Amino acid sequence: MKIILSAFTSGLIFAIGLGLAGMTRPTKVLGFLNLAGRWDPSLMLVMVGAISVFAITYRFMMRRKESLLGSPLHVPPRGSIDWKLLLGAAIFGVGWGLGGFCPGPAIVGAAGQAPDALLFVVAMIVGQFAHAWLTTRGSKASENTRKKGTLHHANQSIL
Amino acid sequence: MAHEAGTALAGGALIGLASALMFSLSGRIFGVSGVLGGLLTPKQGEFAWRAALVAGLVLGGFVLRQALPGAFDISAVRPLGLTLIAGLLVGFGTRLGNGCTSGHGVCGVARLAPRSLAATVTFLGVGMVSATLVHLVMGAQ
Repeated sequence: MKIILSAFTSGLIFAIGLGLAGMTRPTKVLGFLNLAGRWDPSLMLVMVGAISVFAITYRFMMRRKESLLGSPLHVPPRGSIDWKLLLGAAIFGVGWGLGGFCPGPAIVGAAGQAPDALLFVVAMIVGQFAHAWLTTRGSKASENTRKKGTLHHANQSIL
Repeated sequence: MAHEAGTALAGGALIGLASALMFSLSGRIFGVSGVLGGLLTPKQGEFAWRAALVAGLVLGGFVLRQALPGAFDISAVRPLGLTLIAGLLVGFGTRLGNGCTSGHGVCGVARLAPRSLAATVTFLGVGMVSATLVHLVMGAQ
């Protein structure tokens, strides 16, 4: 229950922060991403502010074995920089520059009735589902290939 | 100019605080695309906190609408079709790349995680190319 409350509160504070920072306005975001217009460095400052605060907290927390509410610390696994990461980031970047929305501001915007934000969120969900579907298809296909291989060997042993 | 820089930093600090609260209290990384993805393909014990986080974002949107008039653009900056395509790409790309501006860009970079650093440099760079090209082709911002 406390975890749920803390998640809710974090989401709320995050949204307020986005709004104060102007990141809920595609105009401002694109003002940074668009290098050909009047360049607006705000997004960079937002990230610096956010990263600074989180970095301090993270270093403090990593000295502990669990969260302040006693949960495990779900730190993402180290992993290699593979093609999925880079291609995924690139595809995300294309979309971000096209629309001026990324996931957080889109959801906040949709709730705040920002123009076309809800449409973006729906499309984003479809895009996420598309990836999930492709991934399950891919793993089923390789599963079938393995099964076929086993059957082949079984037939040979009968002979 | 200074006022703008001030609100940007302050807003950023709040975003950092929210992420910090999330991690220190629940041990979870505040990555919106991951939170959303986990809601769409839910697993046991992974749903409630994600739903709560999104609910917080949604309430935040309501609050901003009421309390901060300048928080949202007045009219759409892009044609509808482009926004649709953008949404599809962002949805697909954030799942394939396992994160977005919050997960990779804020938390991952703060952790100096190599994957997040690589992802962030990539989506920032490509984002800039994308936005700049649209501006040049469409004459839009």
